[in-house]
Amino acid sequence: MSVENKIIAIIAEQVFLEPGEVPPTATLEELGVDSMALVECIFAIEEQFEVQVPFNANQPNASGFDISSVKSIVAAVEVLILEQKQ
Amino acid sequence: MNRVVITGQGTINALGKNVAETLTAMSNSTCGIGPLDFPNVDRLSVQIGGQIQKYKAQDWFGRQELSLYDPFTQYAVIAANEAISQSGLDFSDELSLNTGVVLGTAGGGLVTQDQNYRSVYEDGKNRVHPFVVPRLMNNAAASHVSMIHGLRGPSFTVASACASSNHGMGQAYHMIRSGMAKVMVTGGSEAMLCFGGMKAWEGLRVMSKDGCRPFCATRNGMVQGEGAAVFVFEEYEHAKARGANILAEMIGFAMTSDASDIVMPSRTGAANTIRLALKDANVTPEDVGYINAHGTATAANDKTECAAIRDALGVAADKVMVSSTKAMHGHIIGGTGGVELLAVIAAVKDNMIAPTINHVKTDPECNLDVVPNVARQKRVKVAISNAFAFGGMNAVLAIKAI
Repeated sequence: MSVENKIIAIIAEQVFLEPGEVPPTATLEELGVDSMALVECIFAIEEQFEVQVPFNANQPNASGFDISSVKSIVAAVEVLILEQKQ
Repeated sequence: MNRVVITGQGTINALGKNVAETLTAMSNSTCGIGPLDFPNVDRLSVQIGGQIQKYKAQDWFGRQELSLYDPFTQYAVIAANEAISQSGLDFSDELSLNTGVVLGTAGGGLVTQDQNYRSVYEDGKNRVHPFVVPRLMNNAAASHVSMIHGLRGPSFTVASACASSNHGMGQAYHMIRSGMAKVMVTGGSEAMLCFGGMKAWEGLRVMSKDGCRPFCATRNGMVQGEGAAVFVFEEYEHAKARGANILAEMIGFAMTSDASDIVMPSRTGAANTIRLALKDANVTPEDVGYINAHGTATAANDKTECAAIRDALGVAADKVMVSSTKAMHGHIIGGTGGVELLAVIAAVKDNMIAPTINHVKTDPECNLDVVPNVARQKRVKVAISNAFAFGGMNAVLAIKAI
């Protein structure tokens, strides 16, 4: 499974949707991901890809880890995988 | 209904090992937060906290006591000894039956749990010390305080996360008010600064890596602390008759539940609790000169709390001084309301308004007088202390000078 498909599966599970119902262009807000679901998504991403995601719930936009859409999360995780799995 | 006064106070926390040291530190804007020091701290992503500096348990307790006292009990006993000694009370047979102990804690003997899980899981040991259970139980601190001082009245432990101390002190207040007890030893303690305690908090991603800045536009999360504060609450006529040195009068208490979210604060819930506490105390918003805020320095709490204070106080919110002393001692979780009550008493008794330190930039969503960076000397008639816990459980205390 690609990084994108794995992340879509993680997010879909949090908001009780089928992976097919989560378009890569969707924002987390559109999908109904609240602050607690977001923290759970990030935990699942860290576990799945064995990376550390720099994320502080008090400053969701300050870490450089772009959570604005599914696509941006995929891109950010791909960078983390490259950086942290060498 | 009986009137309730405070005739003793004691503490140990990152700012000091007694009340005098703590209040001096608060009035000097001292920050007790620094690098954490305990095993495996290098495996934590957040490595700062308000740890009690140069604390050696064996300086305070003997070997037999230490086999039974988790750090949360040690801190409670140290604080209770100071408070009871200051009160000058002698617990003769009759008073002993009329004096109880209600303490708050969230984690109880967490250090004991952490050490013993490590021992059986990581080190593979198949045997633990025989006193693990009496050390870790949440009521151990209250029990030991009752045993040391021979207090045989109503005693128990309250656990409501960050509001545990305020809830506990609220119960103690009600017991004296209703005539159930003459004297209550009350407050709270917490010792969560260990690997497991911090690791659990890390999961929520609400902690700051670089400092506690309540109400500041640059705030980025809470910072943990540890310690205890314990008070002697006494029925007013009893205190007066023996010529006790009265520090302040407890005049109101309110508690409510948001019934909405397990971690997010509620503006309505907080505002209602403040209103109910003022009503219980029979005072107006204009009477309130100082609020010791919950002020955790998370994005969510501080703006919600400021809005709630405006809702509850109306135009009087423009005049009230609001500070969060957590910037100095850290968030002591179940013990925090206790340590914060020291600042509230200092406000009405000595007119010392403890500051909110680390304030660098005003947040328009926290547009109250947050007493930035420097303590103030100002006369205050009534002061309140807010605690709004995870789980949506709110507890606000009101006191006045006497």
